Amino acid sequence: MLDLTTTYMGYKLRSPLVASASPLSETVDGIKRLEDAGAGAVVMFSLFEEQLKLEQLALDHYLTYGTESYAEALSYFPEPQDFKTTSEGYLELIRKAKESVEIPIFASLNGTTPEKWVSYAQKIEEAGADGLELNLYSIPTDPEITGAEIEQHDIDVVNAVRRSISIPVAVKLSPYFSNMANMAKRFDEVGASSLVLFNRFYQPDIDVETLEVRPNLLLSTPQAQRLPMRWIAILYGRIHADLAATGGVHSGMDVVKMLLAGATVTMMASALLKHGHSYLSTIEHELLAWMTEYEYVSVAEMRGALSQQHAEDPAAYERAQYMKALTYYRAVKS
Amino acid sequence: MARDFMTLDGNEAVARVAYKLNEVIAIYPITPSSAMGEWSDEWAASSQPNLWGTVPTVVELQSEAGAAGTVHGALQAGSLTTTFTASQGLLLMIPNMYKIAGELTPAVFHVAARSLAAQGLSIFGDHSDVMAVRATGWGLLSSASVQEAQDFALIAQATTLKARVPFIHFFDGFRTSHEVAKIQLLTDDDLRAMIDDELIFAHHNRALSPENPFIRGTAQNPDVYFQARETVNPFYASCPDIVQGAMDKFAEITGRQYHLYEYHGAPDATRVIVLMGSGVETVHEVVNTLNARGENVGVLKVRLYRPLDMARFARALPESVKKIAVLDRTKEPGSAGEPLYVDTITALHEAWEGDTLPTVVGGRYGLSSKEFTPAMVKAVFDNLDQAKPKNHFTVGINDDVSHTSLEVDESFSIEPDNVVRAVFYGLGSDGTVGANKNSIKIIGENTPNYAQGYFVYDSKKSGSMTVSHLRFGPNPIRAPYLITEANFVACHQPTFLDRFDMLREAVPGGVFLLNSVYGPDEIWDHLPRAMQEQIIGKKLRLFVIDAYKVAKASGMGGRINTVMQVCFFAISGVLPREEAISEIKHSIEKTYGKKGDEVVARNLRAVDNTIENLFEVAVPESISSKIEMIPVVPDYAPEFVRNVLGQMIARRGDDLPVSALPIDGTYPSGTTQYEKRNLAQEIPVWDPEICIQCGKCALVCPHAVIRIKAYDGAVLQDAPPTFKAVPARDTEWAGMQYTIQVSPEDCTGCGICVDVCPAKNKSKLNLKALNMRPQPPIREQENSNWDYFLKLPETDRRNIKISSVRQQQAQQPLFEFSGACSGCGETPYIKLITQLFGDRTVIANATGCSSIYGGNLPTTPYTHNAEGRGPAWANSLFEDNAEFGYGMRVALDKQAEQAAELVKLLSADIGSMLATKLLTADQSNEAAIYEQREHVAQLKNKLEHIDKPEAKRLLQLADALVKRNVWIVGGDGWAYDIGFGGLDHVLASGRNVNVLVLDTEVYSNTGGQASKSTPRAAVAKFAAGGKPAAKKDLGLIAMSYGNVYVARVAMGAKDDQTLRAFIEAEAYDGPSLIIAYSHCIAHGIEMKTALKNQKAAVDTGQWLLYRYHPEREDRGENPLMLDSRAPKVPLREYLQMENRFKMLELTKPEVAAQLFEEAQGDVNTRWALYEYLASRPYAPNGN
Repeated sequence: MLDLTTTYMGYKLRSPLVASASPLSETVDGIKRLEDAGAGAVVMFSLFEEQLKLEQLALDHYLTYGTESYAEALSYFPEPQDFKTTSEGYLELIRKAKESVEIPIFASLNGTTPEKWVSYAQKIEEAGADGLELNLYSIPTDPEITGAEIEQHDIDVVNAVRRSISIPVAVKLSPYFSNMANMAKRFDEVGASSLVLFNRFYQPDIDVETLEVRPNLLLSTPQAQRLPMRWIAILYGRIHADLAATGGVHSGMDVVKMLLAGATVTMMASALLKHGHSYLSTIEHELLAWMTEYEYVSVAEMRGALSQQHAEDPAAYERAQYMKALTYYRAVKS
Repeated sequence: MARDFMTLDGNEAVARVAYKLNEVIAIYPITPSSAMGEWSDEWAASSQPNLWGTVPTVVELQSEAGAAGTVHGALQAGSLTTTFTASQGLLLMIPNMYKIAGELTPAVFHVAARSLAAQGLSIFGDHSDVMAVRATGWGLLSSASVQEAQDFALIAQATTLKARVPFIHFFDGFRTSHEVAKIQLLTDDDLRAMIDDELIFAHHNRALSPENPFIRGTAQNPDVYFQARETVNPFYASCPDIVQGAMDKFAEITGRQYHLYEYHGAPDATRVIVLMGSGVETVHEVVNTLNARGENVGVLKVRLYRPLDMARFARALPESVKKIAVLDRTKEPGSAGEPLYVDTITALHEAWEGDTLPTVVGGRYGLSSKEFTPAMVKAVFDNLDQAKPKNHFTVGINDDVSHTSLEVDESFSIEPDNVVRAVFYGLGSDGTVGANKNSIKIIGENTPNYAQGYFVYDSKKSGSMTVSHLRFGPNPIRAPYLITEANFVACHQPTFLDRFDMLREAVPGGVFLLNSVYGPDEIWDHLPRAMQEQIIGKKLRLFVIDAYKVAKASGMGGRINTVMQVCFFAISGVLPREEAISEIKHSIEKTYGKKGDEVVARNLRAVDNTIENLFEVAVPESISSKIEMIPVVPDYAPEFVRNVLGQMIARRGDDLPVSALPIDGTYPSGTTQYEKRNLAQEIPVWDPEICIQCGKCALVCPHAVIRIKAYDGAVLQDAPPTFKAVPARDTEWAGMQYTIQVSPEDCTGCGICVDVCPAKNKSKLNLKALNMRPQPPIREQENSNWDYFLKLPETDRRNIKISSVRQQQAQQPLFEFSGACSGCGETPYIKLITQLFGDRTVIANATGCSSIYGGNLPTTPYTHNAEGRGPAWANSLFEDNAEFGYGMRVALDKQAEQAAELVKLLSADIGSMLATKLLTADQSNEAAIYEQREHVAQLKNKLEHIDKPEAKRLLQLADALVKRNVWIVGGDGWAYDIGFGGLDHVLASGRNVNVLVLDTEVYSNTGGQASKSTPRAAVAKFAAGGKPAAKKDLGLIAMSYGNVYVARVAMGAKDDQTLRAFIEAEAYDGPSLIIAYSHCIAHGIEMKTALKNQKAAVDTGQWLLYRYHPEREDRGENPLMLDSRAPKVPLREYLQMENRFKMLELTKPEVAAQLFEEAQGDVNTRWALYEYLASRPYAPNGN
């Protein structure tokens, strides 16, 4: 019997396959289907503070727009006693999901102001989430702010949230730090239970037919896995926090690679969006088949076997190898 | 027992009681009573129970007639049932009211009393409606204030159950229904103590039941009807005692004692005023003042008008009274006198026990919420002081025709010193009114002070002035009239400064608070001279704040409500500043908390940022300004516009004498052009280099401020330097010049034109052929250009190909600058009719938004062309518009028929060739119509010289030989609901009428109540829980007749289909129905990009585009042509664009999930049905 269990953020999961934040976790039914397909845990879709703000402001705007202007139509909508805002709906979903599934439920939060990070985190804990993933997603464009300031802001946020709640906190990072290893260490020091590598930024696109700039969601491809795999391999064994791989995990082989690099769990969104909830079980079968073929009996045995610490050629994960690769490429071309 | 105080308006006060005391509530919207139904619906949607623990069933009907029928049925079935209405709505209930009373059924209708439509419609308050039902057998109980309105709602219910006489409980529309006042609330225990359950059981036991079957509503014959009618007399005889008994019991419970006829004043008064409604409060206070000055006067407050207890009435008057003035807030032309006056004479004649009958005179006051002030009351008492008091007088107007009016000394005032009086001038929707309502709450509910607020709105739909009148004081406030002596005046909108005299009401030593971009050191130089004079003359303290800056910095956008509210409290000293600020913050959390913490946070930030930006201005001692007030209409305007309409615009309409006004409600068309509203901060600017001359901007412009002309370039010699003209691109207009011009002071700045513009600047893709630019720097320049543009010749209609938008839009619109909302989705369709056919169109307009922006004074948008031709427009009622237009058609057809008969008869006199031409003209295009007009002109010329009676008759009728269209225009509330029966009949008639349904999917004009057109899942008033049923398919119903042209259009989705539909509908010699998607402010959308919503509605299949043309059937073709493609986008994408749907997700997510799914099902089913109907093989005669 192969042992797929892994311990992530203090919880023993039946499998290292975790559904990452995506629309698939927007309903209790969706979460339940992920569990049924074999997910070891589910990270819920992200709650974006900016979106919540806009939602509130839009509601207020449309309820007051044109009011108190003409005597026959002093308003245009009924005024309900109460609104169930998206954040309330999110908390309600956590509560209901916890009642419906056995696997751990991790909430995901993207804030923009320190107070809101903490206040939402506390509400999420109260709602019963098993853990919280902080989604550090922002595009700094102010030329007056230094990289160091941004880094410190992120550290402060994680620290503040960590101190305000007792459930474990994961940090979903972007790879765009000057020194990723230093940042990983600092997040580790302020108590992050896991580093989730990496956040994918949705880049805007240009529509050449309408001549407009518009968001255009591109699902990840297996090629995207190289970057997180490298950093997981480098960080494995050097920090206390768990390492979660996300981005480009599309098959059982991708899972194998991430585990060998040192990931505690592998997270998937694009592949599941593309193939459906049940694709999780396909991946699990592929993982089991590989383990059988290569005679691994447990995920624990696999984890970090090809990390930088344990690889035959540790430099393979660093710059030298990059140079070599280019040299090799030129040689082949010529 | 501890009872809470609360500040609320009359409608809410009444609805709270009515909701608690009923089991079934049948509602239908009508101003000013709609809010009572809205409250009931909202409370039911949130499952609030009535007094007996059950949630009342609230149902909306298709009309007030329907509501009355439902009430009658529910009462017959034994439930406690009520409704709320006013004005025309009450008239529609009359037939059922006779039945309900004849059957001795306990019920109460709550009526916000309002004027009736006569020479014109009015939404405002008087007693015309309730007086029109005084013969129905219903009791009429009148309350005079918000407190009384609440109390009498209970007393009426307690009475009717015992008396078995149904009751109208009425209070003055707007003055009481919309006045916000601090009142003591009734508790559930109070209600329980007043309502006897045994009487409810008795009512139930009289109900229809198969367990105890009986027949009610028999047809009776001459032998017994009369006697049976007299059987009810004892119930009416005992009713007044029962009402007084209820009032006495109420006094025991609450301490507030009322009487049927309540005298107040000197016990030995010689002069007494008799009246009812809110005016009693004014007279009450004047009586106190005059008696304190040594006069002997009094007031008799009539509470119970029906059944009239003549003995009590007479006994209530002091024996000393010598002269009585009875004031009626209604008019009964041709009568012996108005009803209360006549009843007073009868009562005194029958029941006066004194020695000499007092002299009684009657007068009219306060029609349509006309102010009724202490000075007017004084004038009435002064009239009684005359040896021969004027009878049948009017007070409050200058009647220089019949000379009925009393002289009023306007300087007479009774405003007490201990009342703070504040007047606020704001821009509609800027938050001023909301903030003031909030301030009243803060003061009313956190201090021992009493508080009153009343709000005056403009006749335009949006972008106009609101005036808030607030009073605060230690004693109950009996002042149901506007403030004319304000210690605090605030101007929240700087553009009012040189337009309105806002300091007229300021008292010497008062405060003037101004929102301005100019700081304390600059503001003085930017005030108009007249204002400086008043500030210095009255020694006013002047404060200034840049509220827009503070609001913007606080994340509030243009909403300055919180900022100005803080200023008011900071300056006025009504509350200690710190306490006030703390209360404002508390109130913000309470008000906005449910919408989310971000809204709260921004408002709180605004509070904190205000004080440091508020400055007192050191007022100079001398006047320095050269700024004069802007004339409200230009000097070149016609005399009637200058002298009459202009006075209304300047807020001096009250001063117009009777002689100034048309006798029969007939007003000149084309008057909005003289009222420059200057609303837009930004206006579109044309870039001719980029423009592809498609015409879409002009097509969609809701206010007809974007115009197109193609003309001979030779006329351009004297063009202003910045006037733009380029060669016309259309090959058929080769050699002509082309201009798109914007009217800068008529534009409302909605930006729809820019959104629709398809031509982009290829190097800067954020620019188009039209771009919004700040208006002030280019206003003068563009005014000159606009004036010049208007003088350019119109493009010859015969040279315009009307089937293409790009050419058609060069047709002159004959509907311009209406008071519709900025970005309105209805007006472009109306404008299109006037462009295509306006010179030969008669319009019947249902009451609603289109009759308000189409016909609300002072100025109206339908206009005429250079030849003097244009749409002739009339509004009858809400419910009868199809029949109204049908009547026009029948008459016009008859006239054309008569004219043709006379042409034949006089053929020899006028020449057979001309006669033949006149009778056989096809008139199917502009050129042919032009030709027919020429022939008619020749005919008239000849007829002038024919001395026969038939020739004179034909001269009268000759114009009828030119084709005339009848357009029947209205909204979905009319077409789908209240007017559907008539519409159905008119469509079935086969007559050549064109019906345009401006489908906003709600009752927009009354504030967004659900109609049968409202789509499933939309939240609307009266559908607070989301509309559970699908939208009615009016088009499909019309198609079932087979001979009705039917089109569904959405200009924003496919404008050429819209254009084609209008042309085909007009050309079709039979009934036509166009259902036009009209985006609306009530959808909760971004108006600037509303055409995207239209497109989304079509792309998702929510709104199908089609044309059903009966003539195709004659050709053996399927008459139905689907003009939209199969739905290609999930419906949810459209639903997510509009707050009316999103709101359901935010209030009832589970319901939303279900209804959204069902709505998608509607889309799928509808598409399948229409696809089948449009694709099935078709042969003549349906084979």
